[in-house]
Amino acid sequence: MKDLRIWGLKKSPWVYHLAAASCNNCDIEILELLTPRYDVERFGAVLVGSPRHADALLVTGVINRKSLPRVLEVYEQTPKPCLVIAIGTCACNNHIFRNSYNAVGPYDKYIPVHAYIPGCPPKPEAMILGIVKALSKL
Amino acid sequence: MSFWMSGWRLVIAFIGTVIIVPIAGLILTWVDRFVSARVQWRKGPPFYQPFADILKLLLKQTVVPGGAARTVFLFAPLVAMASMSVVALMLFFSHFGLVINQRTSFLGDIIVLLYLFALVPIAFIVGASASRNPVAAVGASREMTLYIGYELPFVLAILVPIVKVVQKWDVASALRIGGLIAYQQQYGPFLYSISGIIAGIIILFVIQAKLGYVPFDIPEAEQEIMSGVLVEYSGAPLAGFKITRAMMFVLLPIFMITLLWGGIGDWWAILKFLAIVVLVVLMKNTNPRLRVDQALTFFWFILGPLGIIAVVLAFIGL
Repeated sequence: MKDLRIWGLKKSPWVYHLAAASCNNCDIEILELLTPRYDVERFGAVLVGSPRHADALLVTGVINRKSLPRVLEVYEQTPKPCLVIAIGTCACNNHIFRNSYNAVGPYDKYIPVHAYIPGCPPKPEAMILGIVKALSKL
Repeated sequence: MSFWMSGWRLVIAFIGTVIIVPIAGLILTWVDRFVSARVQWRKGPPFYQPFADILKLLLKQTVVPGGAARTVFLFAPLVAMASMSVVALMLFFSHFGLVINQRTSFLGDIIVLLYLFALVPIAFIVGASASRNPVAAVGASREMTLYIGYELPFVLAILVPIVKVVQKWDVASALRIGGLIAYQQQYGPFLYSISGIIAGIIILFVIQAKLGYVPFDIPEAEQEIMSGVLVEYSGAPLAGFKITRAMMFVLLPIFMITLLWGGIGDWWAILKFLAIVVLVVLMKNTNPRLRVDQALTFFWFILGPLGIIAVVLAFIGL
């Protein structure tokens, strides 16, 4: 039963794109994943519109006092098991905003993060590699 | 002998309902996704993709939103799936039973089919309204508008074969699927006449709208209202709705073939079925989404008059 569950999760990771105050650069690169050049639907990954359908949250951007409660709420709305993948250096370790009064730290202070993909923005190949590594860790 | 024959046919119909139709529907969903990927110059998902999706959803946590009407919320997908199963049973019975005698389909079953197909959008509307989500409420209202839109031309298109049979035979054989099939076996399919072609075009558009495919995917527009009616569904209930859609993808083309194109009794039916599916998928891939008022205008003021013309032509005998 557990094997079946993990097989299903590995073969159809539906991703929800959670943009929490990013500069939109990572978001554009995420959308690049769906284009014919990279086509992540080969692996069953689909971009879904609602966190209720999601298996993986792709979080981008530096987390701040305004966006923290929203991010936590979306994380709680997602049915478990769900992966959290931090995309971009901002999401991994606050990047150039680390001394900002408003930045309240990287995501792993608040929610478990399964993969870190650094880069500003990361290349789509790097994102695919990160998602594959996070899935193979299940 | 004939008792055992009918017994075997009953078993076949039951298996067809419970096992084969959802599986065939999921395979068709893959065909749809694969063809869409090819049209967009992508590689596309592997063939087991819909099965992996359903398996994952069935084994995942189901979240019921706080404040939702819990029972109604969880029963809506069951109602939709059950109605589609009954439709499958009736369609298969009327075909496989026809070989034994003409009376296996009962009087008025075409009207029952009409209402069973209508149960699916009603289940979507009720489930979305029970979820206490504003976005789902918008989706439900759009689903309602769209349903009101496409039901009028759908009924008019169904009237065309009924009128034709009433003129040659009687009302009792016109209002049952077995009678329609028997008529087509004797006089040729309805589709090969002017009114039949118009009815066929109308039913193609209605299939597109009932499946929620792209020109008419207004209730679950992913970009504007976050998959609309399904926004609060997760886990097994979502899988139920996906399976319902997959079953509809099989049953609606079969219904159209039964109604207008000679029934699914012979091997040609497979080619006819594939032709309808390909048309639906291509229409899905080459059109942008309409607004809900545009869709309503299209169904009421373009397809509606066309349907009336088709019924009048059928009365004249064309």
